[in-house]
Amino acid sequence: MTIDHPALQAVLDALAARFNDRLLETRFEKGELSVRVARGDLRPVLAFLRDEQGFNALNDIIGLDNANAPVAGRPRFSVLYQFYKFPDALRLRVVTDAAEDEPLPSITGLYKSADWAEREIFDMFGLRFEGHPGLTRIYLGDDFKGYPLRKEFPLAGE
Amino acid sequence: MPYKHIEISMGPQHPSTHGVLQLKVTADNEVVLNVEPVIGYLHRGMEKLWEHRTYPQIVPLTDRLDYLGAILNNLAYVLAVEKLAGIEVPKRAQYIRVILAELQRVASHLAWIGFNANDIGAMSVLLYGFIEREGLLDLFEEYCGARLTVHGLRIGGVPHDLTPKVCELIRGVVTSVPRRLADIEALLSENRIWKHRTVGIGRIAPAEAIQYGLTGPALRAAGVRWDIRKNIPYSSYEDFDFDVPLGTHSDVYDRYLVRMAEMRQSLRIITQALDRLPAGEVRAKVPRLLKIPPGEVFLSVEAAKGELGFYIKSNGTDKPERVKMKAPSFINMQCFEKMCQGHLIADLVAILGSLDIVLGEIDK
Amino acid sequence: MIKAPAQPAFLLTQLDKFITWAQKNSLWPLGSGLACCAIEMIATGASHYDMARFGMEVFRPSPRQADLFIVAGTVTNKMAPIIRRLWEQMPDPKWVVAMGNCAVCGGPFPTYAVTQGVDKIIPVDVYIAGCAPTPQALLHGLITLQEKIAKEHPTRVMFKKDVRRDD
Repeated sequence: MTIDHPALQAVLDALAARFNDRLLETRFEKGELSVRVARGDLRPVLAFLRDEQGFNALNDIIGLDNANAPVAGRPRFSVLYQFYKFPDALRLRVVTDAAEDEPLPSITGLYKSADWAEREIFDMFGLRFEGHPGLTRIYLGDDFKGYPLRKEFPLAGE
Repeated sequence: MPYKHIEISMGPQHPSTHGVLQLKVTADNEVVLNVEPVIGYLHRGMEKLWEHRTYPQIVPLTDRLDYLGAILNNLAYVLAVEKLAGIEVPKRAQYIRVILAELQRVASHLAWIGFNANDIGAMSVLLYGFIEREGLLDLFEEYCGARLTVHGLRIGGVPHDLTPKVCELIRGVVTSVPRRLADIEALLSENRIWKHRTVGIGRIAPAEAIQYGLTGPALRAAGVRWDIRKNIPYSSYEDFDFDVPLGTHSDVYDRYLVRMAEMRQSLRIITQALDRLPAGEVRAKVPRLLKIPPGEVFLSVEAAKGELGFYIKSNGTDKPERVKMKAPSFINMQCFEKMCQGHLIADLVAILGSLDIVLGEIDK
Repeated sequence: MIKAPAQPAFLLTQLDKFITWAQKNSLWPLGSGLACCAIEMIATGASHYDMARFGMEVFRPSPRQADLFIVAGTVTNKMAPIIRRLWEQMPDPKWVVAMGNCAVCGGPFPTYAVTQGVDKIIPVDVYIAGCAPTPQALLHGLITLQEKIAKEHPTRVMFKKDVRRDD
């Protein structure tokens, strides 16, 4: 795919060369590059991006509940990993999908800042991360029932 | 009989924890072995609430995140919405936003030095910082109508133009703040007690800091030149001439020096922006009922505490599908334990102050 | 037939006035701020607005030494048991001021995580509205509390057999 950003084009080409058809979808909108991969490919892709492409900083991990706008063939939840590269200021987003009971691989081994971000997604959505050193709720008390950011959870609580 | 390690719970109600933070400290006598921060005592469910509010209604709610730097939160959010909706902000509005953002940065840093110094024991600096803040808060009250949670920006621009009275107040602030900073520096910078309590405390290596995702003045004190205003400029910051102060030793003392220097740089930016304010509109035409077609955007700004980001996903209606806020303090807090190892419990308080966290944005 | 008040009542009311005068002019707040309102509370304690004029600048970190609990900020469901425990630890006589919309009624957050008003867990004497209330509003609230304290009758409690104050 050709995009209007030479530096990101180079990254995209390297990714395509290495992972080929394991890149399920590539989008370039509003100057932001977003790449979709399957859960199982997450760790190798992120390791490649960190070690060989130099994306040394994890900005944020964002959870999404697509229950209101489901896409056929795609599981309910999406998890977005937002990265950038010191000092070039390049930004990249990697997206993966998971159903309610499918655990995702934890990337705390690659980026230390993933620790609390993954706990937050567990707390708010109920998605589990395999290999996380201590996956417990972070905002709400341990006895809280329910996952607030799921679309069916009411605003005022149950 | 062998000593057992003591487990102390600092907080959530504690004079030095800067809000409702609980630190579970395991100590061997006075030496800290490990610290486990427990957060969530101020979790208000903001992200869920934002899915039930329209885009303009969310702007005042973002004030309550980092309540010491309200305009910076507003700025990050409105810039993200404008990028998503394709709204072009007039140049005059961009300059006014820069002025307000830098004034807010100075106010936030003045509160920071007050709290950090107070925790370490220099109580007069708290009063010095807060009296100078009053001048800035009066300015915000004159322009925005509120002192603390200001709602000073709108989607598309700023609420109204700068009146002559506001310009006069800004010029007054730009002259009085450096005098106060000189007073504070005279009290602290070469003070033997201050240096004893801050030099060499709370170090973190630059490479490790990047691994932990640390951003803001703490990262710059480690020597890493990363300031979003320079690296990924937004809102016309590229038009202004300012330095990015860096530290070398990455300890509490360097973070203090970096923030003091940053305040002076902010005043430079404010003077330049006020002198070169272009003519024009202060607000773009935005429909009263703002509906944004489906899309997603991630945008971050350099807030007083670090890199503040918003991810917004729209779904074609007037309410967003998902708004996620990337809080600098949330990420910065994760390297707190690394910084504290081997130090005394008293140093823990100094390091926490130097990280400059706000629970409102950690807990959302 | 109405019994005329006995002679000691005059002395007791004068004693009441003296005690309440002492109490209201030396309130010691608990140093506990929760969110944004705490910053305005600190600004009120700082030099410009100066709570020390009213005898209140001694913020005590320990609830055992405080008699005024200014609940400044949002009370979340996770924090609520701790607020209750802090209040219970404060010795009598004690007063509570709910500062800011969040403490009064949950404020702008009708969500699953926020207690809709601190009066759901502890009794409140004075409610101060605002988001955040300005220091002038906080001082107005504190002066209202002082006027409320002036109308109390501590001797009726002191000389009762069971001296625990009814909640």
